[in-house]
Amino acid sequence: MMASLIFVVSLATLGMFFVSYCRSLVASSSRHPLSAEVRDVTGIRTVASAGDYARVIQLLRLCPERQEDRAGLQAVGIYYTSLTVVRRMLAWIAPSLRSWTEHEQACCAYFAAVALDRRIAHSRAMLAQQVEL
Amino acid sequence: MPGRVDLIIWFLGTALELLFVVCSLARKSFLHYFFLNLYLLISTTVSIGRFLILWSYGQRSPQYMYSYYYSDVLLTLALFVALISLYSHVLRELRAGEYVKWGAVFLLLGTAGFSYAVVAQSAERLSTSFAYELSQNLYFVGLVLTYILWGAVLKLRETRTRLVQIILSLGLYFSGYAASYAFLNFSAKISVVRYILPVLGCFLPLSWSLTILRHDEEARLVPAQLVAVPR
Repeated sequence: MMASLIFVVSLATLGMFFVSYCRSLVASSSRHPLSAEVRDVTGIRTVASAGDYARVIQLLRLCPERQEDRAGLQAVGIYYTSLTVVRRMLAWIAPSLRSWTEHEQACCAYFAAVALDRRIAHSRAMLAQQVEL
Repeated sequence: MPGRVDLIIWFLGTALELLFVVCSLARKSFLHYFFLNLYLLISTTVSIGRFLILWSYGQRSPQYMYSYYYSDVLLTLALFVALISLYSHVLRELRAGEYVKWGAVFLLLGTAGFSYAVVAQSAERLSTSFAYELSQNLYFVGLVLTYILWGAVLKLRETRTRLVQIILSLGLYFSGYAASYAFLNFSAKISVVRYILPVLGCFLPLSWSLTILRHDEEARLVPAQLVAVPR
């Protein structure tokens, strides 16, 4: 009984900390302006939409990976999937959840676009180094 | 000897602990987060020491068992001190350093007293039982304290990206640990479950290292973006 209670409470706090951790990751890149190139290629002008995420992830897969952003992208990817599940399962009970999850997913898309921007810049820097050599 | 997977996770965890210290030194944050570094340095030393004892005496030897439980208390105490140091960072502007220090001492003594009261009945292996009980209870206290600290971060509208992410990683670690321990009670027979705790041990130094690498001390967050439901 006690173990079940501890399990439920710790799962709830785990979920709460996970959501906050992902929000802090997303928030840390919200002030980063996107380059004109990334805006063109992703179609994101100033504000991203929830649907942009899948497209940006496909573009990210085309770029060479950076070790620094891999873990963050994985965490935000899990967060995005969880939001999709929440939206599909609970949005019909509480309609306000739909707009909230869409806003959160749009933030995830912007985070991924910032990661894409950094990967492109990183690849350019690598290429420039190779040319110099 | 533990299996190959156990050893890989063990070495990976130790390497990640050292990585955090190296990252802190490289990013000139070693003294700023001194107690986090101290905890991970102790953890690295303990990990190497445990491996040497395991290598010399074997996994089922009393030497390994005693060294495991006593070093676990040492690690839990170091993590408790690291958590209290995060309180000092968050509450610095309120000049509550003295209160935090005394509060931590009372909490530690209270937890030790409670743990002793629980194990006092068993005369056999009293010190080992006490070490185990204290370690378990401090983990639970750590989870509650991290939750309260997160509340303070939101209430005080803390903006330091590094500090916020370090606290959240610690919260994830503590709650993951508590959930895994509780889950072990139901399903100790499932072999995958025994890998969860060591993997969680790798998560904390990895997450802290990435935070130190990604953000400098001046990086700031918008506090409103951390709250799931806008106020």
